[in-house]
Amino acid sequence: MNDYLNLLIGLAMGLNLLALGTSRLPVLIRAVGAQGVLLGLVPLVLEAHELDWRLVLITLATVAGKGFLIPGLLHRAMRTANIARELEPYIAYIPSLLLGAGATIAAVALARHLPLLPEHAGTLHVPGAIALILTGFILLIGRTKAISQVCGYLILENGIYLAGLLLIRSTPILVEFGILLDVTVGIFVIGIIVDRIQRAFDSLDTRKLTALHE
Amino acid sequence: MNSMLLILIPLAGAALAAIWPDRRTRPLLLPAVGAAHLALCLWLMAAPAAVDPAAWLAFDPLARAILPGVSLLFLVCACYAASYLRLKEQGNRVFVAALLLVLGLLSTGHQARHLGILWIATEAVTLACVPLIHFTGTPRAFEATWKYLLVGGTGIALSLLGSICLGYASLHGGGSGDITFTALLAHGPILSKAWVMTAWVLLLVGYGTKMGLAPMHTWKPDTYGESPGLVGALLAGGVTSVAFTAILRVKSVIDAAGEGAMADRCLLALGLFSTLTAALFLLRTRDFKRMLAYSSIEHMGILCIASSFGSAGVWAALFHVWSNGLTKGTLFLSAGNLQRAAGSASMDDARGMSRILPHNSRLFVAGMFAITACPPFGPFFSELLIVRTGLAGGHPWAIGLFLACLLLAFFGLSHVVFAIVDGRPRLKKPDPAHLRETAGLVLPPLALLAASLWLGLFTPAILKDAWSAAVLQLFPLP
Repeated sequence: MNDYLNLLIGLAMGLNLLALGTSRLPVLIRAVGAQGVLLGLVPLVLEAHELDWRLVLITLATVAGKGFLIPGLLHRAMRTANIARELEPYIAYIPSLLLGAGATIAAVALARHLPLLPEHAGTLHVPGAIALILTGFILLIGRTKAISQVCGYLILENGIYLAGLLLIRSTPILVEFGILLDVTVGIFVIGIIVDRIQRAFDSLDTRKLTALHE
Repeated sequence: MNSMLLILIPLAGAALAAIWPDRRTRPLLLPAVGAAHLALCLWLMAAPAAVDPAAWLAFDPLARAILPGVSLLFLVCACYAASYLRLKEQGNRVFVAALLLVLGLLSTGHQARHLGILWIATEAVTLACVPLIHFTGTPRAFEATWKYLLVGGTGIALSLLGSICLGYASLHGGGSGDITFTALLAHGPILSKAWVMTAWVLLLVGYGTKMGLAPMHTWKPDTYGESPGLVGALLAGGVTSVAFTAILRVKSVIDAAGEGAMADRCLLALGLFSTLTAALFLLRTRDFKRMLAYSSIEHMGILCIASSFGSAGVWAALFHVWSNGLTKGTLFLSAGNLQRAAGSASMDDARGMSRILPHNSRLFVAGMFAITACPPFGPFFSELLIVRTGLAGGHPWAIGLFLACLLLAFFGLSHVVFAIVDGRPRLKKPDPAHLRETAGLVLPPLALLAASLWLGLFTPAILKDAWSAAVLQLFPLP
């Protein structure tokens, strides 16, 4: 079981580096979507010994939401805005990659010192969650295009989702669905605002959003 | 069951507003639903029912202490909205539905007794506010909305991480990982200390962002500055109070885990920093709606300072939630009227407003004196109580700094307010429809000011009982 878990989370951590290193928005969106699919499968691996309808439902909803619906919304926003590249990030691609690699190593090192239950120690579960959260922050801070920032936010959300799976046995299904619904609606709303910003400013460069300051 | 109606009535109203065919009559749904909500709230407050400890949603003492105030504020804002929307040519389907959705979600957030439900309600209310914030449709409004979504979204994501950490604290300590507040309080002593502290920091930063505490306040001036006045009133008096309730509920768990002293120090430091930051920014702001945002940051800081003074402090904080919410409502609504007439919210363009909108100018000045704690309005009494509690609790330095910040804030607020009210009017192209002071636009802020005065002079016994019951819920007697 732990081998499959480590494989899924390890691949998701690899996608972090792809997301940090690419300048092409379609690649970034696909990386985030693939990460959503991988993480959506984690509950099945975690609870492989006692599968029930509840678990399958969560898996299906997460894979559909994080893997297809949200990336689809982002693709549409990208096409209407007519941009495919992030050209002038605050943090360039090589430094981003180095920061991401550093964050991954730090996450693994930190997780060794956290007080964890025996079943969670020794896997990539907690280090993976921390690495995803840190990667999300690097993208949120380091990119200037609205869509790249949203992708950063999604990787952050993916990390929090992975952390939430530590409580999979005690979180009621209603709460899981509520959280997933909120995230999806959130991305939908962000998509609408991105569209309006594009129309109002004729650009998706958030550096142009400087009318409001003290 | 009745407590569920508090949520279902506004949600049904929102659905009705979404399918209501007529643009002119649709805003009337707002006062109708608001009145029903307030009546139900007051009835539940007068006849409190026993709360099932295992319930996820209940009108428990903490909800009883704050939600009726939010409901009152909503009703007044709803009456204002009915007149405000008549001035606007654009469609109001989304605006009316989103306002009612916000009321339903606020009721959910205040009554949530499960950390997950609390998070879902707070995130949903954040999203439901988005169409309200960019209602004016200007590029500046979209810029403000983007910052609101990104900063607020990141903050609220951190509070979800904090909720998970609190669940893990229970799991690691040998509990079930159940994140209802009842279960967490019951497991208090066995919760894993390291995870409890991590959870507290994340939850404080997360819900603190939603409250608008410095240094997580950056979205607030932009959002309050660009959204319509009534939306600012609801954000400052309603949405922030959900985040404050969340912090109070989490804090009671931290107390039960034996880390209350650390949590108090965090709250005091964050509260003083917010008050100081807001006071310094108030001295240099030139925009009267951004000024109100900084004043809101200051008052959120005051709530944190008060909550760090133990049970008596929390009582004073609950009092201050009411007095700040109602008084801020007066200011936001009258500021909205002034901004429409002047065509700007900057004191460089808006001058001599006392000659153009005399009633609104009077309300704005009176509201300014009320919010800077001049007697006999509500904020004076609640802040006096906070000062006395702090001195009795042995925090003379904190209280000294707090009073200095209040003085600076008074200088900042009075400077801007009098610059707008006094002087010779110079309007560029005034719209005659915006220069009329109709009863529908003046009476709501007046009603809120009267409520603030009434709260200060004759604090009703039923409210005092509700606040005492809430304090007893948060600090159970051993």
